[in-house]
Amino acid sequence: MKVRIPTPLRSYTDQRAEVDAEGATLADLLLDLDRRHPGIRFRMVDEQGHLRRHMKIFVNGESERDLALAITPADEVIIMQALSGGCRP
Amino acid sequence: MTTRVFVGTRKGAWILSSDDRTSWTSEGPSFLGHIIWHAVLDPRDQRTLLLAAGTGHLGPTVFRSEDLGGSWKEATRPPAFTTGERLQRSLRSVFWLTPGHADEPDVWYAGGSPQGLFRTDDGGDTWEPVSGWNDHPMWETWCEWPEENTPDGSMLHSINVDPRDRAHLYLGLSAGGVFESTDAGTDWQPLNAGSLVAFGPDLEPEFGQDPHCVRLHPRRPDRLYQQNHCGIYRMERADGRWVRIGDNMPREVGDIGFPIELHPRDPETAWVFPMDGTDVWPRTSPDGRPAAYVTRDAGASWTRCDVGLPERGWLTVKRQAMTTDAGDPVGVYFGTTSGEVWASADEAAHWSPILQHLPEIYSVECAETAD
Repeated sequence: MKVRIPTPLRSYTDQRAEVDAEGATLADLLLDLDRRHPGIRFRMVDEQGHLRRHMKIFVNGESERDLALAITPADEVIIMQALSGGCRP
Repeated sequence: MTTRVFVGTRKGAWILSSDDRTSWTSEGPSFLGHIIWHAVLDPRDQRTLLLAAGTGHLGPTVFRSEDLGGSWKEATRPPAFTTGERLQRSLRSVFWLTPGHADEPDVWYAGGSPQGLFRTDDGGDTWEPVSGWNDHPMWETWCEWPEENTPDGSMLHSINVDPRDRAHLYLGLSAGGVFESTDAGTDWQPLNAGSLVAFGPDLEPEFGQDPHCVRLHPRRPDRLYQQNHCGIYRMERADGRWVRIGDNMPREVGDIGFPIELHPRDPETAWVFPMDGTDVWPRTSPDGRPAAYVTRDAGASWTRCDVGLPERGWLTVKRQAMTTDAGDPVGVYFGTTSGEVWASADEAAHWSPILQHLPEIYSVECAETAD
């Protein structure tokens, strides 16, 4: 399936805005994405498996934070940064 | 010999270079838009440069260069807590980097927020949690967890390695205090006697202090200095007690600040950059008159060093944003949250700006390289 990648993560995808990845759940999809583009997952998902606070994943237009969500190849997956300005470090 | 100054900012990294410490050239930004908490060159090979990086959105990481910043690779396994651990901690930032002992050329330590300690044995490519610290039975008590009271989050910083003994480590917690390990990080003990807590009911607790910056003198490793939230201190390790040498600062200036930097050869000499810790804690230059102060007698007296600095200015210098070089006389450098890098080639007797109009500066480190 096709996954849309936001600009801050395109250094991992050779600047491609859309890449292929496979998985039966969002978690699997992100693991496969990391196999194909090493390092990308940890920037989005913390070491406890939670989507980072200021990252968003839309599946068919719905914001989803549960990475156990089942997905199919027909689904549209878009990874985005939250419009939050990020956390003040 | 080239003197290089590595500047980490809220929006990227810059490198300044000079052959005479008078005329400087700058390269950068690298990683524009990334938060660079700390940029440190490995003094052991003079080539490997590590950046502690993040963004407001993306997770923390470490970037690594083996050619003084000419090219970069991200750590294959950046610092992180253990997946599935009991406390379910997630690292928000890699805040501090310290090269390991000279006998362990590929070892580095990293401190984070929350207050984790991490180690690499391969020059920064793969990192592991230091279990002796992160899983210490007292970790939850010593550290700010789960509530973090420190503005900008709790930090582990000031990782110091004893040059005589690679198993002898110190670290600082903001807040939490100074801690020491004599067994390569397997076990830790608080080291805070004499250091005050003016923000709690107990003035001198065993831990809970807020050291802003802790330095061990490389030529006299049993002498430690710290700039604390509650003053400037020195400890002779055999005494095991911090002595408030900041009491010898001018009363109207006070002894509050973030950094403290040491002379590379003379254990009696240290520099600080005081900030206003009165009223609501502006954390800017006291009375709007910026100055560094130097002691040349281990804190018994202090001398104001403001020649060349603006007569009026409200500067803030963060804990990693002041440093010294190994020159003779020693060069002293600091960076401000208002984006200026200042340098002195004569031990802070005269200051000049060497780079301006940068983003908020978080760290300034210096190294001499052969080319």
